[in-house]
Amino acid sequence: MNSYSIEVENLTKKFGEFTAVDNISFKVAKGEIFGFLGANGAGKTTAMRMLTGLSKPTSGQGTVAGFNVIRDHEKIKTRIGYMSQKFSLYEDLTVRQNIRLFGGIYGLSNQEIREKSETILHDLRLSEVSSKLVAALPLGWKQRLAFAISMIHDPDIVFLDEPTGGVDPFVRRQFWEAIYEAAGHGRTIFVTTHYLDEAEYCDRVSIMVSGRIEALDTPTNLKKQFNASTMDNVFVKLVR
Amino acid sequence: MMTILPIFQLIVLSNAATNEVKEVKIILLDHDLSEISRNLTRKITASDHFKLTGSLFSKKQALEKMQANEADIILEIPNRFEKEFIRGEKPAIQMLVNAINGQQATVGSGYLRNIISTYSQDILSEVHWVPQSNHSSISISTRYWYNPLLKYTDFMVPGILAELTALLTIVLTAMNVVREREIGTIEQINVTPIKKWQFIMGKLIPFLCVGMFIMTVGLTVGKIIFHIPMAGSLILLFVYAFVNIIAVLGFGLLISNFADTQQQAIFVAFFFILIFILMSGLFTPIESMPTWAQHLTKVNPLAHFIAVSRKVLMKGSGFVDLTSEFAYTLILAIVFNVSAIWSYKKQE
Ligand SMILES: Nc1ncnc2c1ncn2[C@@H]1O[C@H](COP(=O)(O)OP(=O)(O)O)[C@@H](O)[C@H]1O
Ligand SMILES: [Mg+2]
Repeated sequence: MNSYSIEVENLTKKFGEFTAVDNISFKVAKGEIFGFLGANGAGKTTAMRMLTGLSKPTSGQGTVAGFNVIRDHEKIKTRIGYMSQKFSLYEDLTVRQNIRLFGGIYGLSNQEIREKSETILHDLRLSEVSSKLVAALPLGWKQRLAFAISMIHDPDIVFLDEPTGGVDPFVRRQFWEAIYEAAGHGRTIFVTTHYLDEAEYCDRVSIMVSGRIEALDTPTNLKKQFNASTMDNVFVKLVR
Repeated sequence: MMTILPIFQLIVLSNAATNEVKEVKIILLDHDLSEISRNLTRKITASDHFKLTGSLFSKKQALEKMQANEADIILEIPNRFEKEFIRGEKPAIQMLVNAINGQQATVGSGYLRNIISTYSQDILSEVHWVPQSNHSSISISTRYWYNPLLKYTDFMVPGILAELTALLTIVLTAMNVVREREIGTIEQINVTPIKKWQFIMGKLIPFLCVGMFIMTVGLTVGKIIFHIPMAGSLILLFVYAFVNIIAVLGFGLLISNFADTQQQAIFVAFFFILIFILMSGLFTPIESMPTWAQHLTKVNPLAHFIAVSRKVLMKGSGFVDLTSEFAYTLILAIVFNVSAIWSYKKQE
């Protein structure tokens, strides 16, 4: 077994003439928190959708959780969790019903679903609102619930697409604590963000510009390489 | 597609949805076998509105044919018809009309009445040896079978009930899945290892319950408000409805796979729904449509649903009389649902 949870070579996605993701190659180690940075429209979501089996690569190769992204995309899905950029739990179901639904889809037994429900409700302090519709929750709570549900089947890798978009700094902090806790259990975290300060929380980051990966290293090394004091400066220098 | 569909609709519907009736199936019971009765038969078969599907001598047999939907009208000419006619005794021809299909019944029997009375006037000039008598004429007694009072609601309500059940379920499913696509929840489903057939089943089962519920409410309302007849087995009707709703749900799901927005889904759904309704036999009897249109009704789940609900409720038809509807519907259910599973895309 190799020690990478994600390995990608020359992955490309075209929409007609337009190349949204242009020949990207990288490796992510097991248990790593890998930040995927880039401005809006850089191609982060498109790249992530190829890795999660939601989108068929135009060309290139890769493995995710040991499975081939071209051939075995349905097998990949058993080993990964995904939290989309657009909130996508069922707003017209209650908190508990959402947990039940996704637990069931991932093939958990009733017993496991019951245990998971209690753990999630307890950890997120959602017990009191467990029979409220998800629509009624504040955005920060929804995001944390979506994150917890994306890990209901104990995946090896979790893909988070701008999980902290639009939430206040306090909830962002909470969210990153949750990410650390998940990574602490040996899970690989693949997270996109356009908050550059969040890059500092990652083990390594890649910076994407117009579909290409223009830089990839630890935050410390990147700052050294670009002779910058913050990731913000790295980004500015890179884009210019 | 938005422009091709309406044009297609215009062409198909204006040809198929006609008020005229054609090919009214007639069974002749000629007990007289005289020259006058044979001449009358010839007149009737010469008209292209009618198709002679049998000449029999037993009324029982003729009625069985009608039950099996092989006859729209049974025309019974009594023996001694010729003799009584010549003597000016106004012999009565009996017309038994299958009124399960309102238009075929009223319009068809009207045509027939016309032919007979014209004939009774012409008879004197055509049959040379008939002695001149101004009193000679034919009377016609008509009986409507299965819907004796020709009650409009009796044949419309079972049809409309079938129509509403089918349509609501098509629209509800198509909209439901596309709505998930718009909101984005479907992506969260697609990123799980769920099998395509599981997803389709997950949509099918709840809407099947909704469909059966609509059907039950509709039947109850039909009974209480319109006093529709319930001659046959309701269990049989529900078993058929079960298969039919699975078929139309499969169709709705198929539509949803090709629509990105709810507007698109509605547009495409209504396009097919309109064709389904107008070519279902609800208004225009299927027998009166051009042959190509009649073949099209075989892939129209609504046509079968309407036929079955009318036959079961009005005629009391049993399973053996409905085997072709069951068979076609079952095939449609399989084809639509397999296509829906097959065309459902978990990956873009
Ligand atoms: N389905 C699609 N069809 C056409 N273009 C698309 C599609 N999805 C994304 N794009 C384009 O690809 C580019 C990258 O988009 P995306 O991956 O969403 O960027 P990011 O997540 O970094 O903001 C954008 O210019 C976007 O308009
Ligand atoms: Mg994005």
